[in-house]
Amino acid sequence: MENEQTKLVIAGREFHSRLFLGTGKFRSNQEMSAAIEASGSEMVTVAMKRVELDDANDDLLSHVVRPGLQLLPNTSGVRDADEAVFAAEMAREAFGTEWLKLEIHPDPRYLLPDSTETLKATERLAQKGFVVLPYCQADPTLCKHLEEAGAAAVMPLGAPIGTNRGLQTRDFLRIIIEQAMVPVIVDAGIGAPSHAAEAMEMGASACLVNTAIAVAGQPARMAAAFARAIEAGRAAYEAGLAAQVHSFEAQASSPLTAFLN
Amino acid sequence: MNVLLNNNSVSTTACTLQQLADELQWPAAGVAVAVDNQLVPRKAWAEKELTEGCRVTLVRAACGG
Repeated sequence: MENEQTKLVIAGREFHSRLFLGTGKFRSNQEMSAAIEASGSEMVTVAMKRVELDDANDDLLSHVVRPGLQLLPNTSGVRDADEAVFAAEMAREAFGTEWLKLEIHPDPRYLLPDSTETLKATERLAQKGFVVLPYCQADPTLCKHLEEAGAAAVMPLGAPIGTNRGLQTRDFLRIIIEQAMVPVIVDAGIGAPSHAAEAMEMGASACLVNTAIAVAGQPARMAAAFARAIEAGRAAYEAGLAAQVHSFEAQASSPLTAFLN
Repeated sequence: MNVLLNNNSVSTTACTLQQLADELQWPAAGVAVAVDNQLVPRKAWAEKELTEGCRVTLVRAACGG
């Protein structure tokens, strides 16, 4: 149908929503749960932590798991490919899914992904049967290498995690999107629905948003706002955006002749 | 004996990982366990023997982006 947006498919799984949600930084599990609901998202990230002896009954999953929702465990906290493979195997055991957000960012100041280790880990994990979605630098060459190594999608950053600075890497994201044979999910830095809409207008396959929704005054309303922005941006991309004019001179959209003469 | 559970020394009478899980009432799902940095799948807990001072890592879901 003309107005029906094309579906996103990652590793054979179809997604109706192109908004993926992170579960960090929410003020409560209730707010998180409401935001997931309002977002319409079908994929949410979760992390892993060591169980403290006194919190055995704090069950995050009961607030997250629901029918039709794909869990995407991340490897946050690992410093290299070896640790990432270990974390991935622990995640598969704990969550019962082979889907994995691979993130290796040993630098605590900027949390920028280590490209060398990310590429190594992607190759090893893909061989072990994981559905690997690597968080990565907005580096077009790296993204091609990740794809060749077996990544199911690539997740280049717009700006450092949690900065809400938008698509600082936009020119490189354009090249990545143009070249990619796997879905491109813009991850990190998306701070407002307009940023997400911009990514989608550029042809990104999806956006992963966390901080901007989790710390909003009303997370569920913000999640709904992101969902609409992403839908609008995708529709605009599919409809074909009008070309930008490289001049400050106006281009008339109404006839300028033969009215008052 | 004593084992190191998530870096805390724990005194236990358990001989196997399954016995330790029962003793400490670990959740029935949603956790993963490694002994000395090797994942031990739940179905292998009963056969996995613990040794004095072995390092047991128990993880579960947390919020994260």
